[in-house]
Amino acid sequence: MCGIVGLYLKNPDMESQLGEMFEPMLLAMTDRGPDSAGFAIYGDEVSTDMIKFTLQHADEHYPWHDLAGKLEEEFDTPVSVLHNANAAVLKFEAEEMAAREAIEKFAPDVKIMSAGRSIEILKEVGLPEVIAKKFNLKGMKGSHIIGHTRMATESGVSMEGSHPFSTGKDLCLVHNGSLSNHNRLREELKKKGIHFETENDSEVAAGYLTWRLREGASVEEALESAIEDLDGFFTFTVGTQNGFAVVRDPIACKPAVIAETDDYVAMASEYNALSTLPGVESAKLWEPEPGKVYFWGKG
Amino acid sequence: MEFDLKKQTVRELNQALHDLPENSQETVVVNNLSGEHNVAVGMDRPAQVTINGHAGYFCAGMNQKADITINGNVGQGVAENMMSGRVHVKGNASQSAGATAHGGLLVIDGDAAARCGISMKGIDIVVKGNVGHMSSFMGQSGCLVVCGDAGEALGDSLYEVHIYVKGEVASLGADCIKKEMRPEHIEELSGLLEAAGCEDKPEDFTRYGSARQLYTFKVDNASAY
Repeated sequence: MCGIVGLYLKNPDMESQLGEMFEPMLLAMTDRGPDSAGFAIYGDEVSTDMIKFTLQHADEHYPWHDLAGKLEEEFDTPVSVLHNANAAVLKFEAEEMAAREAIEKFAPDVKIMSAGRSIEILKEVGLPEVIAKKFNLKGMKGSHIIGHTRMATESGVSMEGSHPFSTGKDLCLVHNGSLSNHNRLREELKKKGIHFETENDSEVAAGYLTWRLREGASVEEALESAIEDLDGFFTFTVGTQNGFAVVRDPIACKPAVIAETDDYVAMASEYNALSTLPGVESAKLWEPEPGKVYFWGKG
Repeated sequence: MEFDLKKQTVRELNQALHDLPENSQETVVVNNLSGEHNVAVGMDRPAQVTINGHAGYFCAGMNQKADITINGNVGQGVAENMMSGRVHVKGNASQSAGATAHGGLLVIDGDAAARCGISMKGIDIVVKGNVGHMSSFMGQSGCLVVCGDAGEALGDSLYEVHIYVKGEVASLGADCIKKEMRPEHIEELSGLLEAAGCEDKPEDFTRYGSARQLYTFKVDNASAY
C-alpha cells in the first residue's frame, strides 16, 4: 500500500501557499505509507538556456559550494546553490547531458534526484511528517506538486526506492500498486540503455516511461502504452513541467479521487487527504475511470 | 445524539452506537467528517443515523437494523456485508458498494464505481446513476437496480441475483444473459424503485440474470481443466 497526492493550482495567486496547502495532504497519507516519503515541486522556473538540478548526499554538511565552484570553472558560468537539509538545488547555464557528466565526474557519490527547468525532487526514508519538516515543505512555493508516501511491498526501504522517480527532464512518476512483470521488463529496458539502481518495481515503470519519452512519445502516449505493457496494479501520477497526469490500471485495483474547483485540481489516494483543501466541500469530486489517461495543466 | 468528528474519534462514535439500548430508535447526527474510515460500522439497533459530509472506506459496514443516511460521498465498501436495515448515500460511492451483503436496502443517488454488489448475497441495491465494471460479480441473491448505465462485465459468473438496468450495458460478464421481464419482475422492480424514491418506470428496464451454465462442474468441460 502507498499514498499518492497531487495538487495543481489554476489560480496563480495561490502559488505562495502551495507547500502550506500540500503538507497536510501528504501527512494524511501516513497510514498508507509510513516508511518513506517524497515530493516533486514545480516552480521557480529557470530560463530556457539554464538547467536546474536537485542533488542529494547522505551527509547534511556536504560541501555543495565546492562542487558549485568546480562546475563554475568547467562551464565558465555562475552556479547558484540553494542548500536544503541534505539536498541542494543548483542552477546554471549548461546543456543537461554535459552538466550531468560533470556532476558525476566531480562528485560521484552525489545522487542526481531531478533535472529540468522547474522540477525539484526531495525524498527520504522516514515518516512523512519528518520528511516534510526536514525539507521545509510548508514554506515552499510553486505551481504544482506531487507526492508519495511509501509502504514497501516489492523491495527494500531505501531513499533510492522511494518516490517520486525522475523519468526525464522536468518529469517524474509516483506509483501506488505493484507490478508483476517488472523483472523481465527491467532486463528489456537495460538492453535499451536504461539504468536501474534498485530491484524496485516502480523504478521499472519510471524507466519504461523514460524510455518511451526518449523515443519521442508524448506523456499521454507513454501512459497509454504503459496500460498495455505493464502488468499489475497501479495508480500512476506523472508530474510534467506544465501539470500532472493520472492513470489507473484497467481493473482499478488502486484508489484515486479527484477534487476540482476554480482554484485547483487535487488528486489523492483517499478523500481524507483532500479534506483540508480550501473550498473542498463544494468542489467537484469524482474518481478517475480505470484505464483512462487524465491530464491537468497549462496548455 | 450528536457527534462532531473534529472533536470526537470514530471509535468513540461507534462505541456509543453499539452501546445504544436494544431496540433503540435514537436519532443520531454525525457532523464534520473529513473522509474518516469505518464510520457507523457494526450497527445493531434500529436507530436513525444521519452522516453529514464525505465518508471514507466501509461506511455503514455490517449494518443490521439501522437506517443510515450519508449526505455526501462514500469511499470503498459502503454497507459491505450489511445484514438488514437501510443505507442511503446522497452522493457517489466508490468501488465495492454493498459487497457480500446479505440483506437490507442500499440506495445510491449518484454513481457507484467498479464492483458494485460484488458477491452480494441477498441485499437489494438501487443506484440512480451508473455502476462501474464487474458489478454484481459472483452475485448470489438479491437485486441490483441501475437507473443509468452499467460498465463492462456486468454480472460475471452470476448466480441468482436479479439485475435490472435502464441504460446501456458496456458488456455482459461470463454466464450473464438478458432475460425476459415477467409480471413478477415488474412487481419486484416497482417495489424497489418505490422504496428508493425513484420515479423511473419499471417497463423501461431490462432484466439480466444467470444462464446457469457455470454453476457446477460439467464432465463435458473436463478437458478445459
